[in-house]
Amino acid sequence: MEYLPNIVFALALIAGIGFFARNVKKLSRNIKLGKDVDVSDNRPQRWRNMARIALGQTKMVVRPVAGLLHIIVYVGFIIINIEVLEIILDGLLGTHRLFAPLGTAYNFLIGSFEVLALLVIVAVILFWIRRNIIRLQRFIKPEMKGWPKTDGNMILYIELVLMTLFLTMNAADFQLQQLGAEHYVKAGAFPVSQFIVPLLEGLSESSLILVERTAWWLHIIGILAFLNYLYYSKHLHILLAFPNTFYGKTRPQGQFNNLESVTNEVKLMMNPDADPFAAPAEETSTEPEKFGASDVMDLNWVQLLNAYTCTECGRCTSECPANQTGKKLSPRKIMMDTRDRLEEVGKNMDANKGEFVPDGKQLLGDYISHEEIWACTTCNACVQACPVSIDPLSIIVEMRRYLVMEQSAAPMELNNMMSNIENNGAPWPYNQMDRLNWVNE
Amino acid sequence: MSEQLKVKTMQEFMAEGKQPEILFWVGSAGSYDDRAKKISRAFVKLLNSANVDFAVLGSEESSTGDVAKRAGNEFLFQMQAMMNIELLNGYEIKRIVTCDPHSFNTLKNEYPGLGGNYDVLHHTQYLKELIDQGRLSISGEGYRGKRITFHDPCYLGRANSVFDAPRNVLAKTNAELVEMKRHKKTALCCGAGGAQMFKEPEKGDMDINVLRTKDALETSPDIIATGCPYCNTMMTDGIKAHEKEDSVTVLDVAELLANSQGL
Repeated sequence: MEYLPNIVFALALIAGIGFFARNVKKLSRNIKLGKDVDVSDNRPQRWRNMARIALGQTKMVVRPVAGLLHIIVYVGFIIINIEVLEIILDGLLGTHRLFAPLGTAYNFLIGSFEVLALLVIVAVILFWIRRNIIRLQRFIKPEMKGWPKTDGNMILYIELVLMTLFLTMNAADFQLQQLGAEHYVKAGAFPVSQFIVPLLEGLSESSLILVERTAWWLHIIGILAFLNYLYYSKHLHILLAFPNTFYGKTRPQGQFNNLESVTNEVKLMMNPDADPFAAPAEETSTEPEKFGASDVMDLNWVQLLNAYTCTECGRCTSECPANQTGKKLSPRKIMMDTRDRLEEVGKNMDANKGEFVPDGKQLLGDYISHEEIWACTTCNACVQACPVSIDPLSIIVEMRRYLVMEQSAAPMELNNMMSNIENNGAPWPYNQMDRLNWVNE
Repeated sequence: MSEQLKVKTMQEFMAEGKQPEILFWVGSAGSYDDRAKKISRAFVKLLNSANVDFAVLGSEESSTGDVAKRAGNEFLFQMQAMMNIELLNGYEIKRIVTCDPHSFNTLKNEYPGLGGNYDVLHHTQYLKELIDQGRLSISGEGYRGKRITFHDPCYLGRANSVFDAPRNVLAKTNAELVEMKRHKKTALCCGAGGAQMFKEPEKGDMDINVLRTKDALETSPDIIATGCPYCNTMMTDGIKAHEKEDSVTVLDVAELLANSQGL
């Protein structure tokens, strides 16, 4: 019976990490439903981007208030993980404060964890106020109704509870150390939790141990639960921000990709030696490649990774000129819809032995309307605003390509513009021979 | 109307067996749009004044296909691009300058993948080069005492990180430069990009150009400067919507520089 807590802990750890691993597998499978795309270029630039944008949070601080608060929570999250390592080892080995022999360094570590925990609590409360009391515009847009709103608050509650448990655990531990309780070695500094101690005044040693143990167990189980909450939440960005900034666009923002499938056809058309009636060289058992995207499988895997990385902060939408002038387009919604549809496709595959069975739905039309797609000015403000290098514009462009090249469904004025280019090489109906008239006018 | 501009076509250069220093890519707006034609003329006056040996394609020039690409018509874009590349490569063009940030972006970034590799400059970059080299001499009081605010075109600024060249050139006019709250990387679009120039906007509560002009008017400018023929149209319409056409004018950087030099 002596090892019961160790065994229970090990089982909880295995279950927590195992379930998370299962979801990571699903996540990776879903992302790989996207088309392949070459991201082998500009390696050094990519590493720099990841270091600067994800690790260094350079784009977060463009908005100083949210940026600073976010850095506190981010640093808190990373640093406090050192403490989680000790907790896990203690749990497995049945030890208590395993790292205590570090002495002064240990005191410093625990002390800084406590200060960070307090700062995180303050930041999280301010975040909650921004969402629920001040109700910042970007948090109350139409796409934020329902689950996205709940999700945003849930994350804040969980972080608040975890930090409170951590400090409670330390306060009880500190008090037990003072009482000279067995196992509770005198170690650590408690600059914050010492102020919780008066609340525990008068509790017996056994009650204190109960408080300490309960907080310890709830804290670590809470962390495992939070880890597993990620997959169902917008909070995946804490992991995916790193690969996403690495695989993000390294070319100038204005450079759109040239569709290779189109290049091949155009070259064939412009080749005077090509025989228009010739049979295709290879067997045409494969379907001709679809131009553009109408569903998630038509997008590339980086675009799908983008969708899972989005944490719905809405900076893109708040910078979007179309959205600012009351149009339906919201770049954030483009990303949320892409993820929702991808999840739907993934569930469909789970239910059908790994095969996707057509469900009569697609991303374009059922999730994203034509009206949204055509409202975009391709100005790149959304791309610029994203703190983790998401590119909503590339998805919008792929959908326009599908609408124009597969469906001939462009707005009428654009069809006129395009036929002008076809006929006389300008978007207006003017004669190409008159191109130089401006010189003598 | 005014004095004769010196403009030679590539065909004429070929006939003389010569190569120009640069090719001036006029673009569809610069060729046909009444307002943008004035920008083309102002730029050519500056080129003439600096004795630049430049060529245009004239009736051989055709749409870059940029607007078709933004509208989703990749097919039409690549057709246009490949025709233009065949022509440009045939003339062995090395250096292209254009007053249109959209042409600039696509020629510079999207043509290389289709076989068209050129040194492409926006006219504000080239004007800065001419000034720096002393080929374009600047004198006089210019716009001293006037307030100018520069609207960053998306495809010049955010899309290609060209922020300083237009501002440096504007500084040569002696005007007082004032920045809008959103400028450079966070500049708001004028509303014309992504083929919006050629269609009615979707339903909303405001037009984008009216919002952007509001940004500009908040700096109480005498002149709104732009570096794009489409931005120019949008901002000019925006000024009208705010009923400020009597006190504020919209001019291209090239026009401002040419005017300041009495060209």
